Amino acid sequence: MVKRVVTGNYAAAFAAMLARVDVIAAYPITPQTFIVEHLSEFVNDGLLDSAFMRCESEHSAMSACVAASATGVRTYTATASQGLALMHEVLFIAGSAHLPVVMPVVNRTVAGPIGIWAEHNDTMPQRDTGWMQVYVEDNQEVMDMTIQAFKIAEDKRVLLPIMVCLDAFILSHTVEPVDFPDQDKVDKFLPPYRPDHAVLDPKDPMIIGSFSPPEYIQEVRYQTDETMRNALEVVEEVNAEWAKEFGRDYGGLIEEYKTEGADAILITLGTVTSTARDIVDEYRAAGKKVGLVKLRFFRPYPTEAIRKVASKCKAIGVYDRAVSFSAGGPSWIEARNALYGYTIPVINVLAGLGGRDVTEPDIRLMFDKVLEAAEKGEAENEIVWIGTRGVKP
Amino acid sequence: MEKYKGYKDLPIMPITDTPSTVNQTGFWKTFKPIFEMDKCIKCNICWKFCPEPAITLDEEGYPVIALFHCKGCGICANECPKDAIKMVMEE
Repeated sequence: MVKRVVTGNYAAAFAAMLARVDVIAAYPITPQTFIVEHLSEFVNDGLLDSAFMRCESEHSAMSACVAASATGVRTYTATASQGLALMHEVLFIAGSAHLPVVMPVVNRTVAGPIGIWAEHNDTMPQRDTGWMQVYVEDNQEVMDMTIQAFKIAEDKRVLLPIMVCLDAFILSHTVEPVDFPDQDKVDKFLPPYRPDHAVLDPKDPMIIGSFSPPEYIQEVRYQTDETMRNALEVVEEVNAEWAKEFGRDYGGLIEEYKTEGADAILITLGTVTSTARDIVDEYRAAGKKVGLVKLRFFRPYPTEAIRKVASKCKAIGVYDRAVSFSAGGPSWIEARNALYGYTIPVINVLAGLGGRDVTEPDIRLMFDKVLEAAEKGEAENEIVWIGTRGVKP
Repeated sequence: MEKYKGYKDLPIMPITDTPSTVNQTGFWKTFKPIFEMDKCIKCNICWKFCPEPAITLDEEGYPVIALFHCKGCGICANECPKDAIKMVMEE
C-alpha cells in the first residue's frame, strides 16, 4: 500500500489500470481528458496491457465500448458533460444488452450557457438509460469506487454498466492524498471478467440487439429493472468485502453521519458532503439536532434505506446540484417518491449550479431551513434556491 | 424462440442467430434501380456502396440486384461512374 498525492482524474485512471481493463475507447473532453490521457501513457509505457482506441467522438467511443464489451472483455471509458450527452442513445444499448462497461463521468455543466464547472445536469438526465450511478466525495473514493464498480457491474446478478460520478475540478483537478491499493490485493478482489452471455465465438455467431417486436421488449425492460434492483444487494456486499480487504467502509448505498437522534437530516451527494459533515459537527456541538446522509447510489435508488432514515427524523432536506425545471432537483424528486405517504416535510435545497462554490454559510442555511421545517412540521417553501442572486432563499 | 412463457426464458442479452437478411425491406421503396448491363464495366462500386445486402456479384463479376432488399435509396445510381443505373418510379 502506497500513499500518493494525486488528482481525482489520476485516481480514476490508475484504478482502471489496477482493474486490468482490456479495452479503453476514448474521446477527450474537459475536465475528463486527463483520465484517458493518463491511461494512454500507461499503455504507451508498457505498464498496462490494454487496447487503447482513439475515437472520433463520444458517440463512437461508447459504440466501441458496447462492441468491445459484447465480445466479453473488461471495458472502460470516461467522459463529461456534452460528451455524455452525445453518448446518450448508445448508453441504452449497454444497459439493455447487460454490458458492464465502467465509466467515470466528471460532472460538468451541460450547455447552455457553456461552462466547465461542476453540475449534475449531465448525469442525472441519464438515469433511465439502464446505467448504475454512484456519486463520490473525494479522490480516495474515486479510486476505491472505480475498482468496486467493476465488481458490482460484472456480478452475474447485475451485469449492468456503471457511471462513477465525480465533481469537476473539485475532484478531477485537485490533488489529495490517496491510498493506492496493492495490485495483488486488487487481483484477488477483482478476478478476471468471464461472462457467459456476451462472448465472441466465430463458430457460433449471433446478432445483438436486433430488431425486436413488442412480443419481447417489455420483458427486456423488466429484465433490466430486475437486475438494477438486484444491484441494491450487490452494492452492499461489495462494499462490505472492500471494507474487509482494504479497511475503508463507504456505507454501501448511502452513508449516514450522526443521524441517530437527529431531528433534521440533510441528504447530499458528491463533494458538498464534506462541507456538510463539518457543519453537522458544528451544529451538534451547539446542541442542534442535525444529521447527514450521503446519497451514494442514484441508480439503483436506495428507496428502503431512505425510508429508514425518514422514519427516525422530523424533516429532511435534499441537496441538488441540478434542476428539473418547474419540478425541483432530481435527487429531491426521487426522495419524495420514495417517501410517499410519509408525513414529514421533505424540502429541496438547490445550490452550486454551474459550479458555483457551496460554502459553509450556504450549508448552514440549508440546515436552518430543515430545522425550521422539523420544528413547524411544514415548510414555507418546498424548493429553496440557495445563493441565487435576486432570489430570497 | 417462437414461444416463451416469461422473461426468464429470454437470454439476458437480446440476441438472435438469424441474420437480418430475412427482413425483406424491398417494399419500402418508391424508386427502383434499373441496371443497364451493356454500360457496366464491373467496377463493383455499386456493390461496395449499397448499404443493404441488396447487390451481389454474379460469377462474371456483374452486379445482381435483390429487389426484396433494395430500399430504393439511389446511392448505387449516384455512384455509378458510367451512369449505368437509372432510378425508375415503381408502378
